Amino acid sequence: MDILGSTEVASFPVLNVLILLPAIGALVVALLPKNRPEIVRPIGALFALGAGAMSVFVMIKFQMSDSGFQFESYQSWIPSLGISWHIGVDGISLWLVVLTGLITPIVLLAVDPHHDPKPYTAWLLLLQAGSFGAFLALDLFLFFVMFEIVLVPMYMLIGGWGYNDRRYAATKFFLYTMAGSALMLVAIVTVAVLSAKDGGLTFDVVELANRQSLATNTSRLCFVAFALAFVIKVPVAPFHTWLPDAHTQAPTAGSVVLAAVMLKLGAYGLLRFGLYLFPEAAVWLAPTLVTLGVFGVIYGAVVAAMQKDLKRLVAYSSVAHMGFIILGIFAFTTQSLQGGILQMVNHGLSTGALFLMVGMLYERRKTRAIAELKGIQTAAPVFAGFFTVIMLSSVGVPGFNGFVGEFLILIGSFETRRWWTVIAATGVILAAVYLLWAYQRVFHGEPTSADEKTPDLRLREGLVLTPFIVGIVFLGIYPKPVLERIEPAVDRLLSHIEEYSDYERPEPNTPVIIDVHHATEKEEGH
Amino acid sequence: MKTISTAIFEAPSVDWWGLLPQMVLLGVALSLLLITSISRRKFSTAFSTLCSVLAGSTVFLIALGLWGDVQELGPRSSLASAFAVDGFSIFFTILISLGVITTALISHSYIEREGIDSAEYHALLMCSAAGAIVMASANDLIVLFIGLEALSIGLYVMIAIHTRRVEARESAMKYFVLGAFSSAFFLYGIALVYGATGSTNLVQIRDYLDQVAFRDEHILLAGIGLLLIGLAFKVAAAPFHFWAPDVYQGAPSPVTGYMASIAKAAGFAALLRVFFAALPSYKLDWSPIISALAILTLVVGAVMAILQTDVKRMLAFSSVSHAGYVLVAIQSANASGTSAALFYLFTYSFVVIGSFGVVSLMGWKDGHSLDRYSGIGSSRPVLAITFTVFLLAQAGVPLTSGFVGKFQVITSAVDVENYILASIAMLTAVISAYMYLKIVMTMYVTENNSEGPDITIHWTGGVVLGGILVFTLVVGIIPQSLINFSQNAVPVLIAG
Repeated sequence: MDILGSTEVASFPVLNVLILLPAIGALVVALLPKNRPEIVRPIGALFALGAGAMSVFVMIKFQMSDSGFQFESYQSWIPSLGISWHIGVDGISLWLVVLTGLITPIVLLAVDPHHDPKPYTAWLLLLQAGSFGAFLALDLFLFFVMFEIVLVPMYMLIGGWGYNDRRYAATKFFLYTMAGSALMLVAIVTVAVLSAKDGGLTFDVVELANRQSLATNTSRLCFVAFALAFVIKVPVAPFHTWLPDAHTQAPTAGSVVLAAVMLKLGAYGLLRFGLYLFPEAAVWLAPTLVTLGVFGVIYGAVVAAMQKDLKRLVAYSSVAHMGFIILGIFAFTTQSLQGGILQMVNHGLSTGALFLMVGMLYERRKTRAIAELKGIQTAAPVFAGFFTVIMLSSVGVPGFNGFVGEFLILIGSFETRRWWTVIAATGVILAAVYLLWAYQRVFHGEPTSADEKTPDLRLREGLVLTPFIVGIVFLGIYPKPVLERIEPAVDRLLSHIEEYSDYERPEPNTPVIIDVHHATEKEEGH
Repeated sequence: MKTISTAIFEAPSVDWWGLLPQMVLLGVALSLLLITSISRRKFSTAFSTLCSVLAGSTVFLIALGLWGDVQELGPRSSLASAFAVDGFSIFFTILISLGVITTALISHSYIEREGIDSAEYHALLMCSAAGAIVMASANDLIVLFIGLEALSIGLYVMIAIHTRRVEARESAMKYFVLGAFSSAFFLYGIALVYGATGSTNLVQIRDYLDQVAFRDEHILLAGIGLLLIGLAFKVAAAPFHFWAPDVYQGAPSPVTGYMASIAKAAGFAALLRVFFAALPSYKLDWSPIISALAILTLVVGAVMAILQTDVKRMLAFSSVSHAGYVLVAIQSANASGTSAALFYLFTYSFVVIGSFGVVSLMGWKDGHSLDRYSGIGSSRPVLAITFTVFLLAQAGVPLTSGFVGKFQVITSAVDVENYILASIAMLTAVISAYMYLKIVMTMYVTENNSEGPDITIHWTGGVVLGGILVFTLVVGIIPQSLINFSQNAVPVLIAG
């Protein structure tokens, strides 16, 4: 299957460049002269944009029908421990890579750090490099390195450019994630060491997944260790308590990247490593995880409704959205997994944009308290318009991307997790409650004198938000290009699970959305 | 075969090449003392520093030559098999020689600033380093003890060398009294082991234990236990760590770095040589005890560190918890565990010398309380990022040498299926990380004063800190050659 398109680019290690370009950019930015602060951000953005363009190139060259890993690159790293620099992209990671590629330059250009632009830009670029690495890694050691290393730039961003409580929030963020991944490292080593009897010590994910040499109980314990690391990162309630603090205290750029890219590392980790390496254990623990996911949907929504701070509200809405994704992943049907992956992208777009807009509002008013804002719509109608579109996408209104993702998750999970799905569906309504209520309180009503002076959206800000709006509307109306690239990889993963566990997929029903497209295409064709 | 009837004294063969490192260090140290005390001229600090650096570099080059020699011709022993020349001893000779060079350079500006007699300081540095090399090379418990004492006595004086500071004298006294205690334990251990096996030579002890099954092994076990206590004191493993925070805090910062790295490494070298190489047949007895010591050390080091408010005390407790990681690797009692311990010691030593090197740049007379570090991030960004890398390396963050070390330690524990110990080691790493992050945060996030402390960096210190920074990152990214180095340095006992 590795014919045609991939061979012509095989000579060019595009994924290596993807990881190295921002890292080199960070180094270049760090070495720029101190007396020219104005050139720092353009140069940084150039590197981030270069990486973004590269990720789009990967997307274009991606072979749709190929379910395996593409653009693979393999380089022995620490041979005595069986560790290699093995990276590759498949339908599961492709869109997260593109998301990472596009969000970082936008954030870099959109958000003004106010002080010390040099380290700020360098940390953001390192964050991009590390996130690429984590999404592309096919070696457990390499993945762990990338998974942990992204903590450092985010920690520095929160600590250096955050709000009042930034010390506490940054430390809490770092320690929570590190605590989660502590046991994962033990599990990683355990898997590699115990699998060594079947052909030597290796940390290669593909190799380990195909060996499946662990005893049932051992692999279940290892899966629990992996899952713990990832549910903290996602975060799944009740492991979410670091998230509201980190999000609220982080600078806008930090919040956007945290929501759009870093939370995905958890869900992606569950898919790529949890399900792939421990299929039997994943099926075994699925009821617990689905329950936690659904609990998160309801809990996140209820707590979000109670928030007084707009940014904290958006943070809690993340908990609810990520709960949906967990439900989708552990329902083990093609649609639910597709929906889960699509919803990761959707959440990145809508929540990322919401954080950007809350940041813009804060720049204008120096407050994020819902009670202190009123009637912004009158003073800033365009701003309110953009906010409405993004909010509706987050709520999951048909026509916007959120609907497609949530609908696929619900319809896919309904077959295998009926009652959980029923409860989760009420979360959709609750999302409408807290977001619309917040919108009503902030944008409607009689503006006070302070609210009246709120400036409207500037052109630059509009340009920054436009890619988000385009993505939101495009994926809402025509998600097919995304979904059909996800599907082969998802199918392959599910077959892998069926092969190594007693789980069997339900007989496929007619997939609703995809069928509609097929129908229209057929009509056009005949 | 020696028979009494011939009655001709046969002098043991001497491998002069193998003994050259200690001889160079001692020779330069004594000449330095002699020259500066005879000559009427007053020598500058730079002269003594140069002597230490040159002696260290010479030893380093000799050790490199010996390394190639041993890898090619195999390990050997000398002086009636009392002194080993193997990969293990040369590994530590290289580490110790680099430790002398870095410590000498870092001490340079400290000595000038505080007005300490530089010739004495550097002579003591070289003598104690010679003692450390003897410890790492000893094939005989008595020789080991001589090395231990040479190292310790040098350190007692180095700690107290800043005679005007009460804290320094107090901590030297503390270290001396407790150190003498632990030496007594160690000696008593030697006596009991000798009583049980009839020899102090490690080769003969191993061979004897291989052949003989004891009906009553209490004396031997008590001896092994006392040896372990003596060495656990030197490496500051809990519950024998109580001296460490006070002594580390009171000692001059460059000396603290030297103690926390080289003295600790020498202690672990002795531990590995005695337990892993000479007592493999009692593995099932000592491995669980070391495992328990490791857990206690890890937990105590991590938990106590986060309660401290003084940076030197924080780093002291962190050095206790690092001893715990090395013990985790040692308890696995196999070659891969030993090489993990060696790798960890090698990388950790430089990071800790660098960390205390940064601390020694602060010219404060009255303690290193954490909030005095605030603002360094903006006033000295390069220094701050260097210190941050050292701290993150100690926390075990990827792409630093500390992570690769920790990874191998965990692998060695998993290898012998000690999953609980591996998990405890990782979880205490998170607790310690809190303490390292607290220091990083203080440097970068200024609450009150935006002006950081006034720091001047002499080029000698700058070169060392930069070198250690590069080493830490390079080993973190491409560790294979250092892994090979430590794998070839697993100790072997050769009679000769």
